[in-house]
Amino acid sequence: MPLLTQHVRDENRQYCLVASLDNVRNFSTVLKAIHFQEHATCFATKNGIKVTVENAKCVQANAFIQAEVFQEFRVEEESVIFRINLTILLDCLSIFGSNPMPGTFTALRMCYQGHGQPLMLFLEEGGVVTVCKINTQEPVGTLDFDFCSTNVISKIILQSEGLREAFSELDMTSEILQMTISPDRPYFRLSTFGNAGSSHLDYPKDCDLMESFHCNHTQVNRYKLSLLKPSTKALVLSCKVSIRTDNRGFLSLQYMIKNEDGQISFVDYYCCPDEDIPESES
Amino acid sequence: MKCVVTGSNVKVLGKAVHSLSRIGDELYLEPLDDGLSLRTVNSSRSAYACFLFAPLFFQQYQPSTPGQDLLRCKILMKSFLSIFRSLAMLEKTVEKCCISLNDRSSCLVVQLHCKYGVRKTHNLSFQDCESLQAVFNLASCPHVLRAPARILGEAVLPFPPALAEVTLGIGRGRRVILRSYQEEEAESTSKAMVTEMSIGEEDFQQLQAPEGMGITFCLKEFRGLLSFAESANLPVSIHFDAPGRPAIFSIEDSLLDGHFVLATLLELDPPTQDLSSSKHHQPMPQLQSHSTPYQDNFANDDIDSYMIAMETTVGSEGSRALPSVSLMPGPHSEEEDNEAEPSPVPGTPPPKKFRSLFFGSILAPTHSPQGPSPVLAEDSDGEG
Repeated sequence: MPLLTQHVRDENRQYCLVASLDNVRNFSTVLKAIHFQEHATCFATKNGIKVTVENAKCVQANAFIQAEVFQEFRVEEESVIFRINLTILLDCLSIFGSNPMPGTFTALRMCYQGHGQPLMLFLEEGGVVTVCKINTQEPVGTLDFDFCSTNVISKIILQSEGLREAFSELDMTSEILQMTISPDRPYFRLSTFGNAGSSHLDYPKDCDLMESFHCNHTQVNRYKLSLLKPSTKALVLSCKVSIRTDNRGFLSLQYMIKNEDGQISFVDYYCCPDEDIPESES
Repeated sequence: MKCVVTGSNVKVLGKAVHSLSRIGDELYLEPLDDGLSLRTVNSSRSAYACFLFAPLFFQQYQPSTPGQDLLRCKILMKSFLSIFRSLAMLEKTVEKCCISLNDRSSCLVVQLHCKYGVRKTHNLSFQDCESLQAVFNLASCPHVLRAPARILGEAVLPFPPALAEVTLGIGRGRRVILRSYQEEEAESTSKAMVTEMSIGEEDFQQLQAPEGMGITFCLKEFRGLLSFAESANLPVSIHFDAPGRPAIFSIEDSLLDGHFVLATLLELDPPTQDLSSSKHHQPMPQLQSHSTPYQDNFANDDIDSYMIAMETTVGSEGSRALPSVSLMPGPHSEEEDNEAEPSPVPGTPPPKKFRSLFFGSILAPTHSPQGPSPVLAEDSDGEG
């Protein structure tokens, strides 16, 4: 449905980014999956928008929303980049309520004039329009994890269902999550070492949950549980997850998230290992 | 010890852990020849609960490895509960649960075999402990009520969740009355609501108590038992005596039985009368004589005098009998175990008029009778 059509047409020229969609939740849901820090960096290219959140220089989460998710998507420059308060952005996107009545959609038109300008949001539901202006910030450099597919040691694709429960039950008194991936038993094992004792969760190599399993040699890596725990948000929304580790023990988690219209967006998490375990060195 | 639980019994076990977790912070797990016993006691020792799962409950039950003594252990309720936290998950995904305890690995191993071949292994560190046993005797309770759990469950449903205690009594026309219990002080300051439920005699399978008889006990623990009994569709028997004496809530079927022993409030007025009386109970310290049988000492209000009772018996023969304990909180009872410490744990509401239950203890023959229980967890304060 057209939003403030007249007004917008006049101003369209000035904007370096214009994106509109009929159902704002297709956008906000994916952002929620990475909402574990206040501030996020947004990159927009003609392919879509990438929103990046980082913590402790050790973990990075990226949400990709492809241009196809939007009904209108125009980027006038090669790339547009700005930093924004993600909490406020999400609050604005759900200004008509986060659980709308079934069958009603909030439409969004999002415009950005360029460096130093606020991000403009026009939200409409049932004929009521809200205009939000969110101040943008100077973009800061994001981490490059240099996670290269040629260095990948093991790669697992799982139905998210199988991991969801595991992550919700993780013993948070454990400081680390230990991930063992091995071509032999136990294949894929998640371990925690908490106050009450240790817990191990083993997945067999060939079961209905496991879509693919590639591993040439055993790798045992430890990750700070506090850094990985926020990825549960993405896990809950996703239908599939790909787990990869490279030769340095870096972890990549990629979540495939289906929106209400059946389109697919991706969220990925990169995480540094907590420490080197001598046996795992190749 | 090794036992295997399969199918819907995993959920039954989980449910039992849930209802035990309403009472105590520690779970005593004791494999016996007649089944696996799970017990707990609350910190003020006014409530005790035990479940005994018969060997038939398990697909496989082996209380001890041949040539070894029976082991028993004490673990944190929280960590055991977290394994069985989601009952829906237990029902949906868990196919088999193996619990094993042995000398070599100093942990209790709980293994859940789930759908898709996923296997969860929990190694819980435990403490050696003495047997936990409340001293109670069903036969000594003259009054008995028995009703399907559903009837009682529906009767306690309308009580506010924050309500601490409830009075159960026999009213006029032999109707069973459940009424929210108000503390005397609260009555003057706030216009509290009193909820009363009345159940007809015909809903009870057994009703053996005179009119006007009533007891007041904690609702939280009672709810815990009821939710288990309701899910198992079992009748609940309530054995009780005069106010101030422990009431025993029990359920039983061929595969398991459960007993919850709850202290009742000492109310000098008949509870079916008005609760506004300010009459105070006079402690009778002269009854605290070590020659007095324990039953008589329930007339005493001083909680400390009830914290007895770690009886040390080396050897297993004869130790199963309930020890008739003399009330001497002498030095020997304190050095056995911290559990025998006569002071209630701070932060827990020490119900002034609730009396603690008695616990006898049976010391394992392998256990040194002196010194504190060994801590089996490794020292975590390493140098590195």
